[in-house]
Amino acid sequence: MKQLVILSGKGGTGKTTVTAALAHLATQHYRVVLADADVDAANLGLVLAPVTEETHDFTGGRIASIDPAVCIACGRCAEVCRFDAVQPGSVYTVDPIACEGCAACFYECPVQAITMTLQRAGQWFVATTRYGPLYHAHLFAGQENSGKLVTLVKQMARLRAFDNAADLLLIDGPPGIGCPVIAALAGADMALIVTEPTVSGAHDLERASGLAAHFNIPALVLLNKADLSPVQAEAIAAYCAAQSIPLVGRLPYDPAVTDAMVRGEPVTANNGPVSAALREAWARLQQQIFGDAP
Amino acid sequence: MKLAIASGKGGTGKTTVAVSLALGLAAIDAASAPLFLDCDVEEPNAALFLRPEITARRDVGLLIPVVDMARCTACGRCAAVCEYHAITVIGKQVLVFPELCHGCGSCTRQCPESAIHEELNVMGTLEYGRAETIEFYHGTLNVGEAMAVPVIRQLKAWAIPPDVDNRPVILDAPPGTSCPVVETMRGADAALLVTEPTPFGLHDLRVAVEVARDELGLPVAIVVNRDGVGDDGVDAYCAAEGLPILLRIPLERAIAEGIAHGASLVDIRPEYQSKLAELWKAIAELL
Repeated sequence: MKQLVILSGKGGTGKTTVTAALAHLATQHYRVVLADADVDAANLGLVLAPVTEETHDFTGGRIASIDPAVCIACGRCAEVCRFDAVQPGSVYTVDPIACEGCAACFYECPVQAITMTLQRAGQWFVATTRYGPLYHAHLFAGQENSGKLVTLVKQMARLRAFDNAADLLLIDGPPGIGCPVIAALAGADMALIVTEPTVSGAHDLERASGLAAHFNIPALVLLNKADLSPVQAEAIAAYCAAQSIPLVGRLPYDPAVTDAMVRGEPVTANNGPVSAALREAWARLQQQIFGDAP
Repeated sequence: MKLAIASGKGGTGKTTVAVSLALGLAAIDAASAPLFLDCDVEEPNAALFLRPEITARRDVGLLIPVVDMARCTACGRCAAVCEYHAITVIGKQVLVFPELCHGCGSCTRQCPESAIHEELNVMGTLEYGRAETIEFYHGTLNVGEAMAVPVIRQLKAWAIPPDVDNRPVILDAPPGTSCPVVETMRGADAALLVTEPTPFGLHDLRVAVEVARDELGLPVAIVVNRDGVGDDGVDAYCAAEGLPILLRIPLERAIAEGIAHGASLVDIRPEYQSKLAELWKAIAELL
């Protein structure tokens, strides 16, 4: 079983569009399990018409709360909190949004007025789609521990992939290079970085491919909206060549992509220039991941 | 006014709007020129458009524990109080995992032998420079580091003086809706959410509204970018929720091409200079 994670660095370059299309193309020859590792903004389900089979709660970290009946307003909690989460007053209170759950206040409170409580921070789901099982999650607004939830979703998807004797675990990653991205990348056989020919796309590609290199995971690049700027496209192609990163395809800038999203289907469900370019990219990608085609 | 510009979904045009808003304000007069903070420390891109001349730079990170083994008795108290499993005692050895440490200081305070002191673990850099009259600040998380929040927190502490009240402050947020976005929005007076009229844009806008309006209690206004694509879901949602759409930027290939080359919206379409200055006024009136 191979694990392919789709990343971008910069948001909005087309990770989810590409993941849905690859899911469609891959299932023509392989058994696939899907995971949406963007737990802040999980969009893969919007184009795969999932039917939910299971819903589970995700408990994140613990947060502090102060019992007003016990608090003597000595201020020790505020003194030791490094996250500005304790607000002074006649009794002290904790801002649950700012609290990082370190429990420093819990240990320092001289009258044991503080308790640490587990938070229900999100939910994760198992669904069926026309391309195989989908594992996805929703982190509640403003919660921490997105990396932990990403790790959980991936772990569950991976176990399912082994149970199903799947050939491919396809993971739709989050933007950026921080904790949820590192969690999405961990254990992958290969990372496909979707970028666009813009100054921001080029800058963020360098950081995303740097992250893959940092964790020794081979990277591939797919250039979306490739005809938007020939100059930037060539700069990205030159960067890939210099770094020995295979450029597996160039997709044209085409409103068909948005139209497919509105219809709730992968862009490869219809024929057109983007669909054709994605099929070519998949052929190269498949070669990179599996070696010889089946 | 301190205004956070966020989106939920990535690539909707947060930086485009934030940069052009800064340029629109700076065009009024020097006193209106904003402090600009690029808080997307994982992928900081605003400098590519504002091109500040960087004149100050500092390393940032967290204070992490360093154990003096001559004093340590391997009692295990440090590991017992660490909520993040960032310090562990195995036999007579103490191991610290800097990538898991939140720098809370509990182990240092709780050690009965005072065997722990703290040292800065560098996770990124902050930079300051001027782009003409705009005072520009950004942070950059080092590649391979996981935690963006401490870099954002220290960027804000460095950039925003306590007496900033009358100066416009623009905070360009990262995508998503979890802790880095919350850290960016904390202390802001309002949030401007940039979306696109597509099913992905709408789905992620809903979550961004939950964070900004419902969790943080901020007044929220909307910019619809790439207006004309997709469907009418975003318009219907904003109408139902009473969220004002203060600006629409049409989908035009010339705008997309200009931004691809590092031009700002006001370079490409000068009429946006006054539209964005008016947008700022309209948001101030929501407060």
